[in-house]
Amino acid sequence: MGSITLKNVSKVFGAHAVIPSIDLDITDGEFVVFVGPSGCGKSTLLRLIAGLEDVSDGEIVIDGRNATELPPAKRGLSMVFQSYALYPHMSVRSNIAFPLKMAGEDKATIDKKVEDAARVLNLTDYLDRKPRQLSGGQRQRVAIGRAIVRQPEAFLFDEPLSNLDAALRVNMRLEISQLHQQLKTTMVYVTHDQVEAMTMADKIVVLNRGRIEQVGSPLDLYRRPDNLFVAGFIGSPKMNFVTGAPAAAHQAHTIGIRPEHIALSKDQGTWRGTVGVAEHLGSDTFLHVNADGIGTLTARVGGDFAVTHGDQVYLTPDTERLHRFDEKGMAIR
Amino acid sequence: MARNVSTGRKLITTVVAWTIGILIFFPILWTFLTSFKTEAQAIASPPVFLFFDWTTENYSEVQSRSDYLKHFMNSVVVSFGSTLLGLLIAIPSAWAMAFSPTKRTKDVLMWMLSTKMMPPVGVLVPMYLIFRNWGLLDTRTGLVIVLTLINLPIIIWMLYTYFKEIPGEILEAARMDGASLSKEIIYVLTPMAIPGIASTLLLNIILAWNEAFWTLNLSAAKAAPLTAFIASYSSPEGLFYAKLSAASTMAIAPILILGWFSQKQLVRGLTFGAVK
Amino acid sequence: MATLHTRSAARLMIAPSVLLLLAWMIVPLAMTIYFSLLRYNLLMPGMEEFAGLTNYTYFLTDPAFFQAIFNTLAIVLGVLFITVVGGIGLALLLDQPMFGQGIVRILVIAPFLIMPTVAALVWKNMFMNPVNGLFAWLAKLLGLQPFDFLANAPLLSIILIVAWQWLPFATLILLTALQSLDEEQKEAAQMDGAGAVSRFIYLVLPHLSRAITVVILIQTIFLLSVFAEILVTTNGGPGTQSTNLTFLVYAQALLQFDVGGASAGGIIAVILANIVAFFLMRMIGKTLEA
Repeated sequence: MGSITLKNVSKVFGAHAVIPSIDLDITDGEFVVFVGPSGCGKSTLLRLIAGLEDVSDGEIVIDGRNATELPPAKRGLSMVFQSYALYPHMSVRSNIAFPLKMAGEDKATIDKKVEDAARVLNLTDYLDRKPRQLSGGQRQRVAIGRAIVRQPEAFLFDEPLSNLDAALRVNMRLEISQLHQQLKTTMVYVTHDQVEAMTMADKIVVLNRGRIEQVGSPLDLYRRPDNLFVAGFIGSPKMNFVTGAPAAAHQAHTIGIRPEHIALSKDQGTWRGTVGVAEHLGSDTFLHVNADGIGTLTARVGGDFAVTHGDQVYLTPDTERLHRFDEKGMAIR
Repeated sequence: MARNVSTGRKLITTVVAWTIGILIFFPILWTFLTSFKTEAQAIASPPVFLFFDWTTENYSEVQSRSDYLKHFMNSVVVSFGSTLLGLLIAIPSAWAMAFSPTKRTKDVLMWMLSTKMMPPVGVLVPMYLIFRNWGLLDTRTGLVIVLTLINLPIIIWMLYTYFKEIPGEILEAARMDGASLSKEIIYVLTPMAIPGIASTLLLNIILAWNEAFWTLNLSAAKAAPLTAFIASYSSPEGLFYAKLSAASTMAIAPILILGWFSQKQLVRGLTFGAVK
Repeated sequence: MATLHTRSAARLMIAPSVLLLLAWMIVPLAMTIYFSLLRYNLLMPGMEEFAGLTNYTYFLTDPAFFQAIFNTLAIVLGVLFITVVGGIGLALLLDQPMFGQGIVRILVIAPFLIMPTVAALVWKNMFMNPVNGLFAWLAKLLGLQPFDFLANAPLLSIILIVAWQWLPFATLILLTALQSLDEEQKEAAQMDGAGAVSRFIYLVLPHLSRAITVVILIQTIFLLSVFAEILVTTNGGPGTQSTNLTFLVYAQALLQFDVGGASAGGIIAVILANIVAFFLMRMIGKTLEA
């Protein structure tokens, strides 16, 4: 069904290689998230899979079929765009029906499938409205509706939540995950937000400058990052990196400690420091501590650990959960 | 626009603006009024403004004496013909440049615009000779060809700026939804572009209707549109103000009305989108 | 948006426009250049011979040529001055709150929609005519001698007629630009203590500068080629007093049938327009990026 394989795929714009060379396997039914900073090539990669851009080299295999030369329409994929890309002159009904109409299905089938999709997405009451009469979240659902009606081999999502406000984004995240549970169709999802990646993915592909830094399950990446980039990108607040003598003590060039793996005490510990800023979230407190001889470290403590700016604290890293990296930034295991 | 302006000031502004507006419009108003006078009233001194015996005699006379309708039809054929032909050629080009731009697209657009800047006299002689040798002088076909060519750059530019405003993602969405190139253009692009195409059509009909260099030089009696027809009044005999006014009113009325509906497009089209 | 398929389709779709415009630009222009080097009169067919630059020297030493250059520039500059200054004033006025703004706008725009031959004839006969024109009547009303505009001040009269036609264009563009000025900017300036005059100088004028440039450059292109207004009012006269370059070339070609001479004049007009166009292209190129 919806397996996608990239073999040695590259994309060159002029003299600039946006994607030097990528190999990737996506198995049927998987929820794969491409994550990385802006300009890392994740959207380009998605557009290559979609067929909206030509590959410069390499092969794209979809469902066991070489799709490298196929136009987008023939690849059996659906896509949800960042701007939703709804057809402004068509009603919600016609928007959702459009792919079916293009596929030449008969009117009764189209109507039925549109009604079904609308019911799943809570759009039944809005079918005769125009996109501009809808809220951001509703538009998003129409875009998804348009993608699901033709039962594609796989869904492609290009940063679909970035135009929504924070609360709505959390909701839609959940809805998309539920949709995946229901449909069990392959989904390829692009985002720059590691929280989205962690919460939704079966498999995360971390991209940086057109290269795959690491592929793995969310917890895999969290627990065993391959390199400094992944270690720094996954997890919030960011992992602390320490170089020099404290790192050398662990036979490493750099050591990384997650904020949640630092124990805090007011009277004793490995490193001494002064609290710079304390961010109280209620359940947790993030402390930005100026540690003597090390620099600023972020630590995460319980919400009832009472400190304020200027207090002296002691930090003790959990050595069991320490990440060690060599001078090239690769993990030492 | 939450400006606080006293009613007194607003009244003064209104009076000043209306006075200037009416002064600027006056020649047109005067022409309109004169077209309903008798020739004697038309040159009466002191002039009569509203209290004269309104007559439509001039209109029927203009028609019967110099076949106004023929020239009107020439204008219609030439301006609509050249605009539609221009659109036919320009839509695919503008589409291509807006949605599949290359490094050279900007240069091509600039170059197209530059052809508009060539003064017509620079090519008057060869065009006249070509037209003479090919039997295109004083034909509607000939005028349609020339006006298509001189307005093509404006048509392409206007369409280009309108197409540019259609987000590329929507066309990509159509492609993902399985639309072929032709279906993409028919079902998605064209309906979204219709307002832009309509304004382009409107503005270019106005421009072509009023074009008065090529129409004067390349037409005589047979294919003369209204511009040339009116020019024949420049050295008439006898009393003619009222008839001139009637002919003028008929020549400008349709385009005046079209133009009033498309003020905004006028600005956009004529500044190549530089001022919106 | 760039797959091989769409790219090749795109190229195919641009082709007709490019080829047509290329032909339109190159073929007649090349012919003009060729003719300008010939002794070629339509009244003496078969007598064409190569004449080198004679046509150019003839044209450039003709006193009428200098008169025409002067007149061309006078028309361009005169009309530009009237329309830009008047346009700014009118735009500022129309931007004020008033009753019936839409109708005033429609009144002001109207002259631009009038075909040049109509505009010129109406002015010539019904206003500027020394016997029956409205101006003559006004003069008599004030106890003055009626003035024969087109005989005694032909160039000025043509400038006035053309300025009347173009004033709406300048007004419309400047008004559009004015209305795009951010209301908050004006309010901020007011908060900063700027009076109406300093707001105009430091805020409005800089904001309008681009629109003013656009007005100047686009009008210049059209004003260099004023033709119909001259043809139906003065026919270039008296003498050559109101002959501009366009009209001179027209007269040379279609009244004297001197193809060679007219072509040389046409090439000179093209060179002149190119100098202007050079600046226009550069500026519009910049706005493309903005």
